[in-house]
Amino acid sequence: MARSKARWASAAVALTVAVGLAGCGGSGGAGEGDDDVTLRVSTFGTFGYDAAYRQFEKDHPGVTVVESAEGDLGKYGTQLTQRIAAGNGAGDVVAIEEGQIVGFLQAPDKFVNFQDHGSQDRQDQWLDWKYAQATTGDGKTTIGLGTDVGGLAMCYRRDLFEKAGLPTDREEVAALWPTWEDYVATGKTFQEGIGDDDTAFLDAATNTYNSILMQGADETYFDRDGELVIESNPAVKDAWDTAVGISEAGLSARLKAFSNEWNAGFKNGAFATIACPAWMTGYIKDQAGEANAGNWDIATVPGGAGSWGGSFLAVPAQGDHQEMAIELAEYLSGPDGQLSAFEEVGNLPSNPALYERPELESATNPYFNDAPIGQLFVAGAEALDPVYLGAKNQPVRDAVENAMRSVEGGQREPAAGWKQAVKAAEQAAR
Amino acid sequence: MSLTDLGRAPRTAAPAPPPAPPPSRSRRRPWRERSAPYAFVSPFFVVFAIFGLFPLLFTFWVSLHDWSLLGGERPFVGFANYRELAADGVFWNAMANTLGIFVLATVPQLVVATVLAQVLNTSLRAMTFWRMSVLVPTVTSVAAVGIIFSLMFARDFGLVNWLTSLVGVDAISWQDHRWSAWVAVSAMVDWRWTGYNTLILLAALQAVPRELYEAARMDGAGAWRQFWSITVPMLRPTIVFVTVVATIGGVQLFTEPLLFNAGSNDLAGGTTGQSQTVAMYLVQQAFTGQRFGYAATVAWVLFGVIALVSAVNVLLLRRIRSAE
Repeated sequence: MARSKARWASAAVALTVAVGLAGCGGSGGAGEGDDDVTLRVSTFGTFGYDAAYRQFEKDHPGVTVVESAEGDLGKYGTQLTQRIAAGNGAGDVVAIEEGQIVGFLQAPDKFVNFQDHGSQDRQDQWLDWKYAQATTGDGKTTIGLGTDVGGLAMCYRRDLFEKAGLPTDREEVAALWPTWEDYVATGKTFQEGIGDDDTAFLDAATNTYNSILMQGADETYFDRDGELVIESNPAVKDAWDTAVGISEAGLSARLKAFSNEWNAGFKNGAFATIACPAWMTGYIKDQAGEANAGNWDIATVPGGAGSWGGSFLAVPAQGDHQEMAIELAEYLSGPDGQLSAFEEVGNLPSNPALYERPELESATNPYFNDAPIGQLFVAGAEALDPVYLGAKNQPVRDAVENAMRSVEGGQREPAAGWKQAVKAAEQAAR
Repeated sequence: MSLTDLGRAPRTAAPAPPPAPPPSRSRRRPWRERSAPYAFVSPFFVVFAIFGLFPLLFTFWVSLHDWSLLGGERPFVGFANYRELAADGVFWNAMANTLGIFVLATVPQLVVATVLAQVLNTSLRAMTFWRMSVLVPTVTSVAAVGIIFSLMFARDFGLVNWLTSLVGVDAISWQDHRWSAWVAVSAMVDWRWTGYNTLILLAALQAVPRELYEAARMDGAGAWRQFWSITVPMLRPTIVFVTVVATIGGVQLFTEPLLFNAGSNDLAGGTTGQSQTVAMYLVQQAFTGQRFGYAATVAWVLFGVIALVSAVNVLLLRRIRSAE
């Protein structure tokens, strides 16, 4: 009896260990035939690929495409970083957001180099700055194929503009602000006209700052040797001064992007303008709700160009079905995939050849007073020049924006805020 | 949070080998029989070694390197990360926030939990209803708690600011000041964990023999005297447990301040780091900054601080006269 007990105990231990090890194991392709392949695509938010997946499956018999979408970009980025670092668990094709691609460019060997698969020859499929964003500094490795771009326009509230005695027609509004100085001047007129402390001209200077910076610069915080040049690069200080000027003029509602209060601000009319990329139109509609339909409209952005957000598709080197995954990434980021995504959810293509297509040219958005969204956002994206971002761009950008928020919130004087921005940037660049 | 692990640890470890039999007999018993008890307790130790001990030691190894999460060079730097951390103002700011919020949240939480447990231990009408309802905040999704509280403490349309405006106080920007951010985060922590601690203390209270109270009443002790001379000493082991668990949770505080600062750059914990805790700084360094070695250093220092604060708490609680 005692013996059998001991035997059972050892069996239990063995079982525990076995279960533990099995839990750590990778994804076996159990139950698949020789030709059958299941490709896993990891995305965040909405990419609008459902129709494109079905088409790809039809063209490649035996291939099944499964998408797992994570709603929260921050969480998605952390998970993807962990899985890429661990060398296991990432999808066969993964979406990488613009802000995160610079981080992954630090480890180009973890991804398939699309230049080995002829991406250089098809470079004109993408806006040149878009292609450059996913390519390493030495130009030899491209880890991501561009999907959508943000483009940039200025969304504004017609009803609040009317109340403040400003024009409401989008052509006339665009004429008010060819430059950011004009935008600030318009803001002051608006603030006098509206005569109400609860309504500000824009949501936050911080959200506008990055748009200004990306317009005027060839390099931002880092030069091409990877040195931090925040202090010596005039483009950074100029953009900082313009943005802080907006805040000092009392035009900002001081709302942090994506905070609950910012979300509530859309509905409550806390601000009258917001720099908005194409994907933001859906966000505004969700937050402001049907009650505000027709109150919003879209004009061109001061300075004429810009983009905020947009993504890439990459194929991790750890995947089992690389050849097929590369084909899928090429298809989804190609003209057909991009157009299909635009039609499904309105993500603006990064392929300039599509901008002439009637589907884009004639696209309007009824929620925004039938604004010609295709033309407006294309104008912003097309005029943008490539900007070089260093590997540590995201932590430095976070640090600088946070310093700016402390100026907006009144915790620091502008001069002290700039000093803090430089100090925090130096620490974040380490 | 590793509350369950912690509760399980001592209990699994306790039924260790049975009392050793006399040596003469044990020589005759086969090896397999003698090893059986160890085999029975081994699953915990095997799992702990894989998921507890190994990560702990590996984190220390990482902390001695300039380790980028995604790859590239990983040179050995000795204790350079620790030296840098000692001079890192942002880290010490986060440490001050963590300990400040810990004290501000834990002290009222345990006092209220003890009093609540005492009240719930009396015969109330609809007793099960009251006992279950203190647990509701604990089972509420933490994301929902975060949204509700950040809306309550919102600057422009918040409930708390509306209430204070009724008595003529100007709107407070809760995220922008250190004291207000601490108060708001502590309120969130207390709301979530007071009920949980109440139930644990209630369970301990019910194990206190009724005769002790009867005897005390015969001797003429009032309710207050009974509480201090019977209840608190009898509860001492439970209070120690609850305090240590609260310490571990409090020093690792992450979710509540993160949700309080929801939006872009939430890991920074406010414009000047008003409510950035050490755990938030750790994640910021690891995933935004991609400095895994430095983050591992923060983790080890955090581990040391938890051990230290727990030891101090246990020493302080020893002063409560035990029932034994």
